[in-house]
This record gives sequence, C-alpha cells and structure tokens, in this order.
Amino acid sequence: MELLMASAIGVMTAAGLYLVLRLRTFPVILGLALLTYAVNFFLFASGRLVVNAPPVLRDGVERYTDPLPQALVLTAIVISFGMTAVVVMMALGAYLSSRDDDVSLPPEDESPEGGA
Amino acid sequence: METVAGFLPIIAALPFLGALLPGLMIQAGRNTCAAFTAAPTILAITLLLICAPAVMRGEVLTFGLDWLPSLCLNVNFMLDGLGLLFAGLILGIGLLIILYARFYLSREDPMGQFYTYLLLFQGAMVGIVLSDNILLLLIFWELTSLSSFLLIGYWKHLPEGRQGARMALTVTGLGGLAMIAGMLILGQIAGSHDLSVILTQKEAIQASPMYLPALILILLGCFTKSAQFPFHFWLPHAMAAPTPVSAYLHSATMVKAGLFLMARMWPVLAGTPEWFWIVASTGLITMVMAAKIALFKDDLKALLAFSTVSHLGLITMLLGLGTRAAAVVAVFHIINHATFKAALFMTAGIIDHEAHSRDIKRLGGLRHLMPITFTIATIAALSMAGIPPLNGYLSKEMMLAEVAETHWIGPAWTMGALATLGALFSVAYSFRYIAHVFLGRERSDYPARPHDPGFGMWAAPGILALLVVLIGIMPMTFAGDLVRVTAGAVTQSDPHVKIYLWHGFVPAFWMSVIAVLGGAVLLWLHAPMARLWEATPRPEAKAMFDALTSAATRGATALTDGLHNGALMRNAAVFSVTVLVAGWLAWQGGTVQPPTRAALPVTPVPAMGWLLLVVATGLLVVYHRARFTALVLIGVVGLMVSLGFVYFSAPDLAMTQISVEVVTIILLLLALNFLPRETPVESTPGRRARDTIIALAGGVAVAGLSYAILLRDFAQESISAFHLANSYKGGGGTNVVNVILVDFRGYDTYGEIIVLGIAALVIFALTEAVLRGPGGRWLANWDRPELPEAGDRHPLMMVVATRVMMPISLMVGAYIFLRGHNEPGGGFIAGLIVAIAFLMQYMASGYAWAEARQRVTNHATIGIGVLIATVTGLGAWLAGRPFLTSDYGYLHFPPIEEFEWATAMAFDVGVFLTVLGAVMLALQSLSSMARRAGETVNIEPMDIDPTRDSEEGR
Repeated sequence: MELLMASAIGVMTAAGLYLVLRLRTFPVILGLALLTYAVNFFLFASGRLVVNAPPVLRDGVERYTDPLPQALVLTAIVISFGMTAVVVMMALGAYLSSRDDDVSLPPEDESPEGGA
Repeated sequence: METVAGFLPIIAALPFLGALLPGLMIQAGRNTCAAFTAAPTILAITLLLICAPAVMRGEVLTFGLDWLPSLCLNVNFMLDGLGLLFAGLILGIGLLIILYARFYLSREDPMGQFYTYLLLFQGAMVGIVLSDNILLLLIFWELTSLSSFLLIGYWKHLPEGRQGARMALTVTGLGGLAMIAGMLILGQIAGSHDLSVILTQKEAIQASPMYLPALILILLGCFTKSAQFPFHFWLPHAMAAPTPVSAYLHSATMVKAGLFLMARMWPVLAGTPEWFWIVASTGLITMVMAAKIALFKDDLKALLAFSTVSHLGLITMLLGLGTRAAAVVAVFHIINHATFKAALFMTAGIIDHEAHSRDIKRLGGLRHLMPITFTIATIAALSMAGIPPLNGYLSKEMMLAEVAETHWIGPAWTMGALATLGALFSVAYSFRYIAHVFLGRERSDYPARPHDPGFGMWAAPGILALLVVLIGIMPMTFAGDLVRVTAGAVTQSDPHVKIYLWHGFVPAFWMSVIAVLGGAVLLWLHAPMARLWEATPRPEAKAMFDALTSAATRGATALTDGLHNGALMRNAAVFSVTVLVAGWLAWQGGTVQPPTRAALPVTPVPAMGWLLLVVATGLLVVYHRARFTALVLIGVVGLMVSLGFVYFSAPDLAMTQISVEVVTIILLLLALNFLPRETPVESTPGRRARDTIIALAGGVAVAGLSYAILLRDFAQESISAFHLANSYKGGGGTNVVNVILVDFRGYDTYGEIIVLGIAALVIFALTEAVLRGPGGRWLANWDRPELPEAGDRHPLMMVVATRVMMPISLMVGAYIFLRGHNEPGGGFIAGLIVAIAFLMQYMASGYAWAEARQRVTNHATIGIGVLIATVTGLGAWLAGRPFLTSDYGYLHFPPIEEFEWATAMAFDVGVFLTVLGAVMLALQSLSSMARRAGETVNIEPMDIDPTRDSEEGR
C-alpha cells in the first residue's frame, strides 16, 4: 500500500510540475491544483499510513492514527482553496485586461531599460 | 545611581520620539517648528547632564532590558566617559545646528522634513555611543547610514545631492555589512555580545586565530564611516548636502562614529602589531594625502571636507599608535576638531548664503564686508592650522610629540617627517581659507552683495569659536576633566592628563615651527602649484566608483533576468530545478537506514482507486489543452484523493477535501466561461522534452522520498501522543483533529481564517479593478461565442429540487458543525457545506435573484467571523489566561441528554462564518463579471413557471 501511496504522490507531482511549466494560465492553475494534492498527500503521509484508526477517541480503543498531520493538512486544504481562487481571479483579470492568457512576456518587454 | 542609569534609554529614545514633532509643527510656523525640534534635544542634554556627575566620578552607568536574549540581542545601554563625550558632542552640536538651520534653510525648503531627518540621525548617533550591546550598536550604526542618506539627499532636485547620498550609503553601508560580520566573530570569541564583557577579554580575543579577520572586518566599518583612505572619496561628494548637514554629520558626528568605535574597541583590539600597522598607517596616509588635496580645492566645502578627512586620519593614526598617551591626544583632538571644524563649516555656509558662492576664486576681500564672519572664521581656521594659543595648537603639538617617538618604516624619523608634512599642508589650507576668502582686495563682481547674517545664524559658530579660544587658553579648566575621564574609558585606566601651552624647545615645537613657516611659504607659492596640480592627471574616485557600481548593477540585472525575466515558466523551471538539486544534495548528505515498518497489504478497492487516480492524472496531462475535459479529469483526481483520506483514517480531511473540491470546480467552471476553451500548441518539442525531464525527475524524487518515509518509523518521538492524551481532558472533545484546530493550535487557525478572509477580499478588489479598467469595457461589448447551451438557464426541475434541498443541506451543515468537537466535522467543513447549499440556489435561479434575498453581505460575514473568533480568544483574558485558552463544561436540561459547551465552539462559529463568507465573496466576484458581460438578470426564480403561466392565463 505504501508503494501505491508514494507512486500516486509522485505521479501527481510530475504531472503538476509539467503543467505548471506550460505557457497559458489555465494549465498552470491545474498544475498548481495537482501539486497541492501531492503536497497535501505527502504531508498527510508523514503521519504514516494507518487503516481503520481515525483519531476520534473511543472508549476502549487504544490505537489511533497520528492526528497532527491531519490537522495541518486540513488547514492546508482550505488555504490552498483560497490560493487557487486568488490565482484564478488573477488569471481571469489578466486575460480580460489584455485579451491574452500567456504567462510569458511579449518579446518587447523582455529587456526593461536599466539604469538610474 | 539606579535611577540615573534609567535615563539612558530615554536619552536614546528622545530624538526618535521627537522626530514626530517637526512634521506636525511646521504648520505652526518655522520658529515653532525649530523650537519643537530643539525641545527633545534640550531635554536629552538635561538628562545627560544629570548623569554626568556620576560618570565624571568614574562610574559606569548601565541599564539593561531583555529583548531577544536567545539571539544575545538585548537593549543594554552604558554610559562611561567616552559615551558622555560623544553624546555631549552629538546633542550639543546638534542643538547649535538646529538653531543654525532655522536661519539657513530657505522658505522653499521643507523644513519639517529636514528636522525630522536630523532628529532621526541624532537618535541613531546617540544610540551608537550609548549602546552596551554590540548588536544593538550595529542597528543604530545602520540607522545612521540610512538617516544620513536622507539628509545628504535632502535637496532632491540636485543630481549631485542624489549621487552623493547614494555613494555615501553604498560605501558606509558596505562597511557596515563587513562590520556586522566582524562584530559577530568578536561576540563568538568573547562569548558575549555585551561590550562590558567583551572589554574584559583582551587576552582571549588577541590570542584567538579569528582576531585578524574580526579586526579587519570591524576596521572596514570604521574606515568607511570615518572616510579613511581608500574609502575617503564619499565624503567630499556628500558635501552636496545642505551646510548644516555637512557641519553636523561630516565634521562633528557621523564621520566620528568610526573613530568612536575604534576608541571603544581600543582596550581589546589595540596594542598588537596588526593594529598598529593597519590603523596607524591608514591614518597617516589619509592625513597627508587628504591635506594635500584640500590645499588645491577651490570649493570652500570641498576644502573643508578634505581637511576633515585629513584630521580624521590624524586621530585614526593616534589611536593606531596603541599607547595610552596617544589615546589621550586622540580624545583631546576629537573635542577640538569638533569645535573648530563645525564652526568653519557654518561660516562656509554663511558665505555661501550671503555671497551666493563658495568658490574661492570668486571670493576674496570679505573682511570689511563680513567682519563678524571674518572674526569667527579666522579664529577657527587658525585653530585648525595649529596656531597658539588656540585649542588646535595644543592637540597638534601633543600629536607631533607622540609621533616623534614612534618608529614606523624606514629611518626612525619617517613618521615624524610625514606628520610634519601633513601639518604643513594643514597650515597652508587653513591660511588659504583666511587669505583667499577674507583678505585681499574687495571685488566688485560678487554674485550677491555680501554682508554679515543676522545674530541667529552666527550665534552657533560664535559659541563654538568662543570654546576654541577658551579651551586653548585654559585647557585644564575647560577640557581637562573631560579628557581624563574619556581617555580613562578608552584606555581602561586612569591616565595622567596634563595639557599646557608651552613645552619648551622640544622636537615637537620645532616640527610645529617648520609646519607653520612651510605652510606660509606653500600658500605664497599656491598659484604656480595649483597650475601644476591641474596639469597632472590623477585618479578620479567618482568615475571609478560609478564604473564599479554600474558593473555590479549590470551583473545583478543579468543574473536576475537570467533567473527571473518575468516569464512564469522560466521562473518555475529554475525554481523546480533548484529544489531538486537542493533535495539531491541533502539526500547525499545523509545515510539511509533499513526499513523499520512492515508494508500494509494491497487490497483491491484501494488499488482501483489508485489506478483511477493515476490514469486520470495521465489523461489530464495528455488532454490538458481541452480545458473542459481537463476540468472533469481533475475532478476525478480530487475525488480519489478524498477517498484516499477516507481509507487512511482521516474522515475530517476527506470531508474537507470533497467540499473544497466542489467549490473549486465550480469556481474554475465559472472562470472558464470567460477564458478560451482550448490551449493552443505553442511550446516547441524541445521545450516539452525539457519540461518532461524536469517533471519526471521531480516525480521520481518525491515518490522515492515518500516511499522511504512511509517504510520507516519516526526518527524522534512526535508530539502527537500529547494531543491524543489531552484532547478530551484538556480540550473537552474526542475528535482530536478538531480539538487541535480550535484549541491546541487555535492561534494558527485564527491566523488562517484571517488569511482566507484577506484572500476573498483580494479577489473582490481584483474583480473591481478589472471591471473598472479595459477588462470591464471589453466585457460589456463582448460577443459571446455561439456555443451549444441548454434551452432554459433556470430549469424548473432544478429550481424546485434545490428549494427542497436547501433546508436539508442547511441542517446537514448545522449537524456537521455541532458534532465537530467529538465526531468528524467542524467549522471548516460546515462552512463549505453551507456555502454549497447557497451555491445551489445561485446555480438554479441565478446570482442576482439569490443576492436580492441575501440580508447580510459577504464582507460582513467574513468580518463577523473573524470578530467572533477574536472575541472568543480575548474572553480568555477575562479569566486571566492567555489569548485563546479554551474552557468547557456540561449543561443538563432535564428532558434532553447531557449537553456539552466549550468556548472552542464559539471559536468554531467564527471559523464557520469566515469560510462561508470567503467562498461566497469569491463567487459573487465572478458573477459580477458575468453580469458585466450582459448576462440577463432574472427577476423570476425560474424561466418556465407553471403557476405564473396559469395565473397569466386566467
């Protein structure tokens, strides 16, 4: 099972990285979302994988999974939602303002004038 | 004594606090403004004078306050003789400068700003000389660089002012950086960052192998600040500043900060051959070279600037000699130089102010036109030349006596000869200041009709000139004790101080005579020599500095552009590769232990989920250009991630993930409404191959790391056991994850909901900005592409279904919320669920329809949420406990079961409301875009309404 988890994290990371390196806003947003999944999974997995032992206290139950990574990942999920929403709006605003969703600079902007 | 020492931080803080006043008081007129600037200075002087008697008795006042003890950074102040002298100079001359500047600045100059900068600078300087902690001292040190930058560049319209300010900041700032390193090394060696401890560690410090690096680094800071060769070039360029600044910073205070530090560190750093060779040689070279340059400068302030450099060199050399007697002379000359040089700068300012020129070639014969200025300038200049019975003579004579006994390089008399040469140049330029400006024939072509200024302007230099005479005639009365106490602090001993005018026909006397006569001859020969000087090429410091800085700027620009040229993919690629390389290096640095955990067996259902996830991710990469397809696929991935959380015992995470998933997908769908539906093929195959390699490397690395972690136990015991054990006892809840969120780590959650609220507000603000700009205009005229759409936008079935579901969803939300403390659920999840319940209404009947029925705005919901969380947290204060400490108990209503209450519940309400408001605000923003694009606003809840139709039919 550990192998499945690790490979899932790896596949999502690879796909996320590839999409983040694309030239348009939308794939970049998708890539970020995938990276978010991967990172959240990774953080969660740092508590090691435990089946059927949710961290909800029960009488007579001694074995619980690690609650701390879960609490951290829960906030991470919500924050990454906020981040995704902001990035989406930035992409949208950029597209509406310039009719272009390219994330690279047009050639004439590439070397801004330096100097005092 | 305890109470007196308590004044020290107040003395240091007064100028900073006072810096607020001038800006406010300038509205009340220039006199009031100057008075309010002087007030904190006068108050600080008064407090200093109260402290003075104890210091003069030989006590060292200290005041300590912990700031960041873990970093050895404490607010420790100390006042000994050295600090007293410098603080007195800084505040006393500061007061005179405030008076002088009141009359110097013209009506057009923003005076409030000037005085604010001046007080900031004054505070930083006082901070340096009172600091006991060297890290605190460094902070003040950097503050002087910054505030002097503001002061030098005060006349922003002058390019020379801006360039001079930049050069001064660059040079002194770089020196300051070097000094930080030096001070840290010193602190490491001494085992403390407090001067009072460091100063007792002479043997340990000088025996340390790090002594030389620390010495060089600290001296770099001192030499740049005190304009010692080869860093002297910034000071003349800083003369573009208004004259009060030059008089204050560049004669009396800031340039002496380097000297102060050398004197401060003298007990531990001095006395070694390294110290002697570096410091004394630098001082000697600076003294002679700068004096020679000063002679050929026609600008009065440039002449004074180079003469200042020369005199600073003299004092540096004296400190470098490393003997107690030389240190006494150094201290005495610091006092004398401050008096006569500040007076000279002020007279130069007066001449500039009244004659509208400070070019010596255009002046001359001013003695009858400006008799008062002439008198003051002559006294000060003669003192600078070292003519008895003025104070400059005393210290110069003593300096020559010290130098005559010192063996430098070559024959025994080298140092004495060079020092005499420096003194000779000094006499020449001092005489020139008198002869070429005031003596000679009166001219008819002055740029303005020169006359003496009003009393207010010559009062300050007049007082200083009086001091020059008084110290010269009665040195023991006016300066003896101060020199003794100060030199005592510098040398950590009780030196024998005896200053008198007549020493007999000793070598120093003859050296002095040679200097005066030679100087007079040199002035007589000035015209032909100046022609020779003009004809000889010499290195131009400014050109070299400019070339160096522009080369550095070009290099930095090239590096930055190479890494980050504004294109996201380059930045992202550089970042990914850097992280990968860093991870690889870290991996190389450790050893891999054998696995300690047994792998869980693979069961069919999770394997199916894994397959779905991997296939969906793969398809997503392949089909990412078709954006709707990609959105569906990422939904699948998100769903599988949620299921993964379910399987691995994380019900809270699963619920959060799935509700976030819904909201995110809806958000992206709405956004896609405005974006192109397809991603064009742009990148070259080469680039795609490069990206694939980066992506695969990243994926393999992360997978490998995860696998390695998953098969091994914790290297150290984690703190999770504490949370499991105390969740119920301390937090009153059985859902440990929720208790961690709202109780153990409540402060994190508190910060997080604030961030979420801010993110929502950013979205709102972004939308508003876009809609007001060209984006909004374009939307209003947008021709929507013809796409196959459903027949009615608000179908009957959906409206009815969502209306029925609304109360159910709300109840589910309430249920999830209430059980959150003990079962999976809580404010985060409930907020998302309720948001989805509202969302369904919007989807069914349109945003406008739903918004019209919304009583509380989303902004308010966010605000109320954060407010409730804050009030809950503050409530703990009423019980005398720290912020966000929770409490809980049980209520019993007879017919119902026992009911638990917890303050964490109220906190969770805040979380709930913030999440709800944030999600709704994001959607509202998107919908306002749609409305701008001409989306029709529906008044009716649905397009086809049977009841309405039947009513119309009737």
